[in-house]
Amino acid sequence: MSRIKEFPLPDLAEGLTEGEILTWYVKVGDAIALNQPMVEVETAKAAVEIPAKWAGRVHAIHFPEGTTVEVGTSIIAIDTEPDGAPLEAPATADAPLDAAPAPAGQGFQEPGTTTPAASAGGRSAGYAGTGFSEPGLTAQEPDTGGPMLVGTGPKIGSTKRRARKGGTPAVAAAPVPAAAPVAAPPVAAPTRPAAPPAGPAANGTGVLAKPPVRKLAKDLGVDLRGLTGSGPRGSITRDDVQAALAGVSAAPASLPAAAATAPSFGPDREQRIPVKGVRKLTAENMVSSAFTAPHVTEFLTVDVTRAMAALDRLKARRDWRDVRVSPLLLVAKAMLMAAARNPMVNATFTDSEIIVKEYVNLGIAAATPRGLMVPNVKDAGRLSLRELADALNDLVRTAKDGKTAPADMSGGTMTITNVGVFGVDTGTPILPPGESAILCLGAIRDMPWVHEGEIAIRKVTTLGLSFDHRIIDGELGSMFLRDIGEFLADPEAALLAWG
Amino acid sequence: MAKGEAARPQRTSRRKAGAGTPAGPDMVQLLTPEGERIERSTGANGVEYSVDFSDEEYRGLYRDLAIVRKLDIEANALCRQGELSIWASLAGQEAAQVGAGRAMRPQDMAFPTYREHGVLYCRGIDPIMPLSLFRGVDQGGWDSDKYKFNMYTIVIGAQSLHGTGYAMGINFDGKVGTSDGEAVMAFMGDGATSQGDVHESMVYAGVFNAPIVFFVQNNQFAISEPLERQTRVPLYQRSSGYGFPGVRVDGNDVLASYAVAKHAMDHARTGNGPMLVEAYTYRMGPHTTTDDPTRYRESAELEEWKAKDPILRMRSFLEKQKVADDAFFASVDADAQEIATDLRDRVLAMPNPQPVSLFDNVYPHGSPLVDAQRAEFTTYHASFEGSAH
Repeated sequence: MSRIKEFPLPDLAEGLTEGEILTWYVKVGDAIALNQPMVEVETAKAAVEIPAKWAGRVHAIHFPEGTTVEVGTSIIAIDTEPDGAPLEAPATADAPLDAAPAPAGQGFQEPGTTTPAASAGGRSAGYAGTGFSEPGLTAQEPDTGGPMLVGTGPKIGSTKRRARKGGTPAVAAAPVPAAAPVAAPPVAAPTRPAAPPAGPAANGTGVLAKPPVRKLAKDLGVDLRGLTGSGPRGSITRDDVQAALAGVSAAPASLPAAAATAPSFGPDREQRIPVKGVRKLTAENMVSSAFTAPHVTEFLTVDVTRAMAALDRLKARRDWRDVRVSPLLLVAKAMLMAAARNPMVNATFTDSEIIVKEYVNLGIAAATPRGLMVPNVKDAGRLSLRELADALNDLVRTAKDGKTAPADMSGGTMTITNVGVFGVDTGTPILPPGESAILCLGAIRDMPWVHEGEIAIRKVTTLGLSFDHRIIDGELGSMFLRDIGEFLADPEAALLAWG
Repeated sequence: MAKGEAARPQRTSRRKAGAGTPAGPDMVQLLTPEGERIERSTGANGVEYSVDFSDEEYRGLYRDLAIVRKLDIEANALCRQGELSIWASLAGQEAAQVGAGRAMRPQDMAFPTYREHGVLYCRGIDPIMPLSLFRGVDQGGWDSDKYKFNMYTIVIGAQSLHGTGYAMGINFDGKVGTSDGEAVMAFMGDGATSQGDVHESMVYAGVFNAPIVFFVQNNQFAISEPLERQTRVPLYQRSSGYGFPGVRVDGNDVLASYAVAKHAMDHARTGNGPMLVEAYTYRMGPHTTTDDPTRYRESAELEEWKAKDPILRMRSFLEKQKVADDAFFASVDADAQEIATDLRDRVLAMPNPQPVSLFDNVYPHGSPLVDAQRAEFTTYHASFEGSAH
């Protein structure tokens, strides 16, 4: 057929749907030999080289490095007769899609042995300067006609079936143009059965979405039931979830955390992530705080065996059975009680005055899908332990769902950061701007410890307290930290003594 | 549990770069990695091994190795180009397979895994035969009796049971016990030795004195699991527990692989019972095209094994012995290219299966029920627009 052959990205392992172009080994205009490595593509399984399927000259490269491409999409066009006559004149930009006839019927098609002048082939000249043709202009839809057993796999979104002879009720709903020639698959769209008008999503009994999409939605706190799917049979796609998130979130369009944690490196082995959204805010806050408030950090290692036992007893109570209870709760309580005993620690420094606060808005640093968030529990000092537990649980859940309102993040007076959940021992935290104290909770470990004159295995953790030295002197900071430690070492006694 | 953990070697030293697993002094070798010929070599079973080939036969072995590798490269490329859905490369294991394959006689029966492309080639079978399986256009069935080569077996280790049963059968048929007797070779990798199937087959083979050779290509990895997570003793020593001899051979040395495999098969065909051959080699590529070996092994180890390349070794030997010249090597390369190109063309021309082929091969002589279902299905398919039938 045509001398320009399009190469669709194959399924490089079993059942993969996409791959990322890591490196092009060839560029437009290069002579290329059969089986010469032309591109390295990374899939969920492995990074692999793809050898050229035809000898000739590279006619067009449709995607730059770093692009994730769906299986079945053409990534490169090869002119298999580079020494032949000049290519036909380019077609107009609006060349009809059906100008790319795909081979019909049985037998293995050469995927994309089509698109003579109509698509990338003819038009790529306009993109020669960039070396890339515009992918959207490649018109063919490879391999939708016959059974697809290997290689490019089933095309996503290709749900069409061959029409039954004489029509069927399903087809009747979407009238078949009389002239629809079945022998020409690219114009087979009209024969596609009408999309189910009322999918399962509509009747509320269930939602169609693939497991990774469900996971994504769960991670981002998006309720699938509220979405309209744009995928096959009304199923909800990754894009739908992300679009929904962008719609409901008042936050600046931030780089999704998923993208930030999965770097895709270019040829220079560097990735450039725009600084915006939560990341930008975090950076500004950290710089402003670190270079305004002189930080002092002190550490205290505490035997928290009693506190952990107390927690267990609390969990065992009937009236607490529905409450999620973690060491964070006791640490919060300890910090609140210690703050009440040392009121000067709950203050803000301005150039002319020190504002000491009677209320404690206790912030909890949370790693969320959108980045670092520090929502706070308002007036936490007035809450009973049970109210504090409920407030903390609500706060963390809302943050993890990515639904924390801006008001919940403003007005904090002191903060806890729980790095222990990551298995590290402690840190030197940086104060949120305007706050005077931040407590870092490390991992709680079974450690050899001198207990009642003997070495015993005890549950031990290290607390790290950073404070603003403009307000808090070493003495006050130390007493504050010591009181927190005292509560955690023996919460019952502290409650009786200070409560 | 704690005790068991403590008894293990330290995990940190588990895979030192380039360490691999030492082959040990028991390994039969007739050709050093540098291509120096060793006249004779004694195996762990006390047998002295050697080969006596003509120049023509030496060249033939080289030719086999080169063609088998070229075909493998071509199939790998076809897979990357979307023309095969998966491929299990034999790269690095050519000598073990060519040695074993050439040691088999026409009457012998092979029970392969899905990686025995080299054995298949040496049995004189058209290399296109298994590719329809990897292309997904059929179920990988062929006439095992006709080719004396059982179907590629995907289930790990299952073929050792089939092979043992077959070997017991030819024993009962009285086809064993003379120098012209029949024997069976069951192929497997090191990973398969951890399978219950393999244990059972070795128990039966030992007890029934079955004429079978368990040919283990120890390529050091069960997909990603290294050998030291598979066994605490060298694999060839396993045979003593079942009551038959075991030998370790340099699987990157085609001469030694041939010598040991031939002796083992003769041992079996003359009625002396089973043998275990451990061909010590290395899988140079991924487990299959869906695997990424860089995630679990270091490049230094790969480099170390590259120096032991079975084909370069044979080539050095031929050059040193002045048995082959550049013209010979060039002609082998040209022939290999031609065979590979032919393979590519024929893979691309493979017809898609018809939907009704589903009903073929259900019963050898048909069945009224299946025939009726076939007719119904054919009618159903014919009811679609554009249906060819």
